[in-house]
Amino acid sequence: MEVACSQPSSQLDPDLAVGLALVRKARRTRLIETLKVGTVWIALLILLTLGLLQLRFDPQYVFKHAGFVLQGAWTTIWVSVVSILIASVLALFGALGRLSRNPIAQGISSFYISVIRGTPLLIQIYLIYHGLPQLGQQLKALGYPELARLLTLDAFQAGVLALSLNYGAYMTEIFRAGLQAVGHGQYEAAAALGMTRWQTLRHVILPQAIRIIIPDVGNQFIAMQKDSALVSVMGVWEITFRANRLARKDAKFVEMLLVAAALYWILTVVSSWLQSRLEKRMAHAYER
Amino acid sequence: MPMNGEPIVRVQNLHKWFGLLHVLRGISLEVRPQEVVVIIGRSGSGKSTFLRCINLLEEPTSGRVEVDGVVVEAADGGLKPECRSRVRDLRLKTGMVFQEFNVFPHKTVLENVIEAPIIVKGVPKEQAVEKGRELLRKVGLLDKQDVHPIRLSGGQKQRVAIARALAMEPKVMLFDEPTSALDPELIGEVLAVMKDLAREGTTMIIVTHEMGFAHEVADRVIYMEGGVIVEEGPPDQIFTCPRDPRTCQFLARIIESGRLV
Repeated sequence: MEVACSQPSSQLDPDLAVGLALVRKARRTRLIETLKVGTVWIALLILLTLGLLQLRFDPQYVFKHAGFVLQGAWTTIWVSVVSILIASVLALFGALGRLSRNPIAQGISSFYISVIRGTPLLIQIYLIYHGLPQLGQQLKALGYPELARLLTLDAFQAGVLALSLNYGAYMTEIFRAGLQAVGHGQYEAAAALGMTRWQTLRHVILPQAIRIIIPDVGNQFIAMQKDSALVSVMGVWEITFRANRLARKDAKFVEMLLVAAALYWILTVVSSWLQSRLEKRMAHAYER
Repeated sequence: MPMNGEPIVRVQNLHKWFGLLHVLRGISLEVRPQEVVVIIGRSGSGKSTFLRCINLLEEPTSGRVEVDGVVVEAADGGLKPECRSRVRDLRLKTGMVFQEFNVFPHKTVLENVIEAPIIVKGVPKEQAVEKGRELLRKVGLLDKQDVHPIRLSGGQKQRVAIARALAMEPKVMLFDEPTSALDPELIGEVLAVMKDLAREGTTMIIVTHEMGFAHEVADRVIYMEGGVIVEEGPPDQIFTCPRDPRTCQFLARIIESGRLV
């Protein structure tokens, strides 16, 4: 739509009217197609609802208790936001380690990535929540109570730590690719100007790499919102935990789990929308 | 061109291997202050590699590089450990202009020019801006100071790159085929800036295929082939009566292609 509006009127092409008509027609066709697809979605949802109602689905119960599950959405978002931030920092250092020529940095980074990617997230969560306190007990017995306290995390902390470590390892590849996508000439230009490696990274490479990395981090954030359901096993009061709690108590599994599913779905749709807006804004970042 | 005093650049017996390829086979060169040295030769002759060894973007396999008193030596395949810390000092003595411009796309034209003085040399921002504007005026881009490079032509980008290098007040400017990536109609504006610099007495080492420019601006022309300096001398001598048959052959081919005016 900007195409048509931003044309300065002073230099109108005589063919402009034709072009505008074509653009308008294409837009209309696209809109109609979207409406058709939307209609199918609505039909599917109605069918699904009707089917469920036939099978004694209890909408009253849903309306009454959806709020209780909804309160967990803030915890889900909070866990995901904190974890993605920490994961991004880990991923940056992981990527720098992988790209480093220092064998220690390289070794630590590749070991971290290999171990985390080679084991299930659920095991990592259990190890951090149950495993670390056990080691803590031993340390306490050996006379290091401070260390023991450090290893005993509450459910929220353990969940954030597990998600951060896990996603940090996967996102290392994203950050590495982003750093490498910045042309070699940029590194050379910075070096020729006398910048240190750190100055080059901070002022020349990272600002350019971030633009490449952001969309992928957005995808990871969306995936993490759903993976964060796993922290319910430790009793973090997020969406899944709350839904499950009522579902078990009143044997309303379909009702409550569908509420949870719907909430995740909405979160994902909203996040995707935010992400696409951010991407569009960043695409114009260098134009002034 | 007035050239005075001791050489400011001294390169001695420089060798560079890329794997099994012996690209530089013992090059020595001295450049005096305010001298303009132009290096010509076919692609693959090692001229760019040689230039990149002078500011250590390429690590020489062996040999010695000295710029304005900063000495870096290489032996047995790499820099001597005690010289590593001097690499940055040496780079601060040199400014480099690349074939592909390598301007910073995320910064405006003015930011491109003031970035390094501020973060590397600690120049106060106002001072850097003032100097940056002066340099942009010199290369004819003051009106573009707030524009991002994406809005510039190749010739304009290269002039930003020249201003950016000059902002660090280097003792020697290195030009690595500065016009080779440009559309023909944009070459002139870059060469004009370089001619101005030569006239002002900037010490320059230039790798180029622009023979007319070389003839006009150089104090000394060097012909390289196979990783060695085959012949060097004043431009009149090199371009009109070269002594070495290899130089003759190279120039003959250039004349055939119509690039020597």
